[in-house]
Amino acid sequence: MKRAYGKELTKGFLRENPVLRLCLGTCPTLAITTSVLAGVGMGLAATVVLICSNVVISLLRKVIPQKVRIPAYITIIAGFVTIVQMIVQAYLPAINDALGIYLPLIVVNCIILGRAEAFASKNPVLLSAVDGVGMGLGFTMALAVMGAIREILGAGTFLGIQLLDRPMLIFIMAPGGFFVFGMLIAAANAVAKRLGRKPAQKAGCAGCPAAGACNGCEQAGGDAV
Amino acid sequence: MEIPKKLTVSASPHLHCGENTRTLMLDVLLALAPAAVMSVILFGWRCLLLMAISVAACVGFEYGARRVLGRPNSLGDLSAVVTGLLLAFNLPANLPWWMPVIGAFVAIVIVKQFFGGIGQNFVNPALVGRIVLLVSFPDAMAPAEWPLPLPYIAGVDTVTAASPLAALANGTAPSLQEMFTTATAYDPLSMLLGLRPGSLGETCAAALLLGGLYLCIRRTISPVIPLVFMGTTAAVTWACGQNPLFHLLAGGLMLGAIFMATDYTTCPINFKGKILYAFGCGLLTALIRLFGNMPEGVSVAIVLMNILVPHIERITTPKPFGYVKPKKEKGAAQ
Repeated sequence: MKRAYGKELTKGFLRENPVLRLCLGTCPTLAITTSVLAGVGMGLAATVVLICSNVVISLLRKVIPQKVRIPAYITIIAGFVTIVQMIVQAYLPAINDALGIYLPLIVVNCIILGRAEAFASKNPVLLSAVDGVGMGLGFTMALAVMGAIREILGAGTFLGIQLLDRPMLIFIMAPGGFFVFGMLIAAANAVAKRLGRKPAQKAGCAGCPAAGACNGCEQAGGDAV
Repeated sequence: MEIPKKLTVSASPHLHCGENTRTLMLDVLLALAPAAVMSVILFGWRCLLLMAISVAACVGFEYGARRVLGRPNSLGDLSAVVTGLLLAFNLPANLPWWMPVIGAFVAIVIVKQFFGGIGQNFVNPALVGRIVLLVSFPDAMAPAEWPLPLPYIAGVDTVTAASPLAALANGTAPSLQEMFTTATAYDPLSMLLGLRPGSLGETCAAALLLGGLYLCIRRTISPVIPLVFMGTTAAVTWACGQNPLFHLLAGGLMLGAIFMATDYTTCPINFKGKILYAFGCGLLTALIRLFGNMPEGVSVAIVLMNILVPHIERITTPKPFGYVKPKKEKGAAQ
């Protein structure tokens, strides 16, 4: 049982990273990540909403009728987004300014609705909360990395500290965002492929595409050769 | 059974004109040579430095990318040298020396090798290199004050002026009549010789036309694309009440129409397709120059039309002789 929690927690980091592997929530990913701070702020705000909505939806999963589940999920999510937005406005006005319209738009972020539909509506409360933490942190990490790359190359700064004299403005514009996004997806796929590689199995004739052509020569005289 | 040596058995073709990618690229390099020489004469030794850095970076990235990706070395076809030279032609003479290296990386690694190398790129590599630099470093790539040609004759090291197209936007450009009659910095002869501010290779229209003529005579390029491209831009700007000759000679229209839009990989194959493509390039260039935010639009126009080339090819595929269009409904045809 303990292993299941660990698995649900870490799957969002890389293997099922919502942005880089599932390609969900790409709109805030591209729009917000012009700086590290905005990326982390967006990620954490979405994480809080994700955990809360996962918990509540998991609690109500036997109460919500199947046919109206999407409006019900959206209502729950919108409630938590409003709470988060009010808190951010009150205590972190800088982040509120950086996120702008994308903060209330967390309501329609497909990661949150996707986890509600795919996970929280089918799993117990604690597991759903852990899933929310993992997915939210995976989202935050992806946004932070992307924001760091784009801020350093595009604005020449990291968390406001000057690093480069002549930044390449294209990286904080839309084309640079798409480019960095594509590169990160490629990198995540490469790492996941490497991690997921299973130990080499002894290939028999059954799995070999050339089995028909060689008439099973391995079985006939393979050992002798 | 010994086959006599003189009876070589091989599949067709049995005769080869000897033309290959390398000879084609050599022809292009030869055609670019006059403009390269003129750029050094006009803007000084720094052009040589920029061209050398750009070409060296392109060749180096081509070699490195092929090596890392485990593909055979392709330096011999000289396409990287052409890309490097064209990229340098698109840069202002006073650009910091390291910027062409970034442009070369974008052109060769991202646009060309990521998509499979020569013949696989979907847009012109040198142009994307230029556009990325332009968007990234607008103050260096499109300065308000360009270096003037022939600074050593004027006796001052750095004399600058607005580019002709910026002058056009300010309303200080001459009309067609004024170009010939009044004393202006933009009289036809000095525009033709390249005595105006601009990027390395774009200013000397005479050298570019000479190169284009050579390529047409050698049949390396067909004259359709440059002629329709430039004709459309001139016609549209003239129809909108502007000076068509000024539009032809200012900016990078000649360089783009002759050397960039005619890239084999990124232009249509058919005659009809070429006309459509070149018309689109010319129209977009004119529209961007007339109504756009930027003074110059040749590079963006060509890249946009490059992207449309597969669709242009689809609608201009020639019908085989005797082809009958298949009928949609059997009942309706009777």
